[in-house]
Amino acid sequence: MKLGILYSRVRAEEKLLFDALDARGVAYDKVDDREVIFDLSDPSPWQQYNVVLERCINHSRALNALRILNDWRIPTVNTAHVASVCGDKLVTSTALVHHGVPTTRIKVAFTPDSALKAIEELGYPVILKPAVGSWGRLLSKINDREAAEAILEHKETLGSYHHSIFYIQEYIRKPGRDIRAFVIGDETVGAIYRASEHWITNTARGGQATGCAVTPELNRICVAAAKAVGGGIVGVDLLEDPERGLLVNEVNYTIEFRNSITTTGVDIPQRILDYVFAVARGEIQVI
Amino acid sequence: MSANCPECDAEITLTKPMRGEIIVCPDCGVELEVTNENPLALELAPQEEEDWGE
Repeated sequence: MKLGILYSRVRAEEKLLFDALDARGVAYDKVDDREVIFDLSDPSPWQQYNVVLERCINHSRALNALRILNDWRIPTVNTAHVASVCGDKLVTSTALVHHGVPTTRIKVAFTPDSALKAIEELGYPVILKPAVGSWGRLLSKINDREAAEAILEHKETLGSYHHSIFYIQEYIRKPGRDIRAFVIGDETVGAIYRASEHWITNTARGGQATGCAVTPELNRICVAAAKAVGGGIVGVDLLEDPERGLLVNEVNYTIEFRNSITTTGVDIPQRILDYVFAVARGEIQVI
Repeated sequence: MSANCPECDAEITLTKPMRGEIIVCPDCGVELEVTNENPLALELAPQEEEDWGE
């Protein structure tokens, strides 16, 4: 049994995973994505691994590495399919809607004029997000038409083309917090509230984590969201709508959990490794 | 093990450095990457890129 861990930076999460692997006495290689070279005609260097755990920080590197590995039939956590769905908010949203998972209303438009029309159909305020991005970067809460016109023009003029794929989300009047839930396989193993006075509640942006009970409803919605994006190990972000209840906002596929172990009381790295080993043993089929 | 911050020259001591680990300089706050464990070597960490995230 041997694991490969593909990573970019040794963050708190990677240290916890390496420590947990050392404690289990399992053979593994740390593979730095800055040094890796794939020879598409020679998978042999990678076939020594029963499973590759992907911990890249760049979405593009993760997605392309996983595609190559999965094409070689090397099991990965998560799979290229999950990375491709979760790495693009538009694709995530279509998957959630397709699978009947409760989620926020999203409109997509390709020009500033049609985007403005879509924004006014949704009603102010709205949220404009880049389809690819994370940690709350470049999110815009648009409160009125003048702001909408300015931001749409800026995105079209200053951004690369993918910033002109306008992903427009209704604004949910959440109670000063959102929920991050951790799904591993068929179970929501833990959840936290992320509270902030700012409308962006990511812990990467200063949101404060507190414990959130995993109710049967939360578990059901989160597992459904995980299945919608292809399963595996994911972090599901949810918003609490005053009328509609829990709505899935986003699904993340390379979870950060340093702030959530104490808060949830769940040994998340051990739970991740339990799942990864089950994949390595062939007990869970991922590809 | 000690090395100096390449930004502000502060002396930084780490007890169990790991290659690839990211640390924050306690003096100037810049992010540093451990590029060698023994002897300890520190370089400025890569800057955040557009597709970084979870």
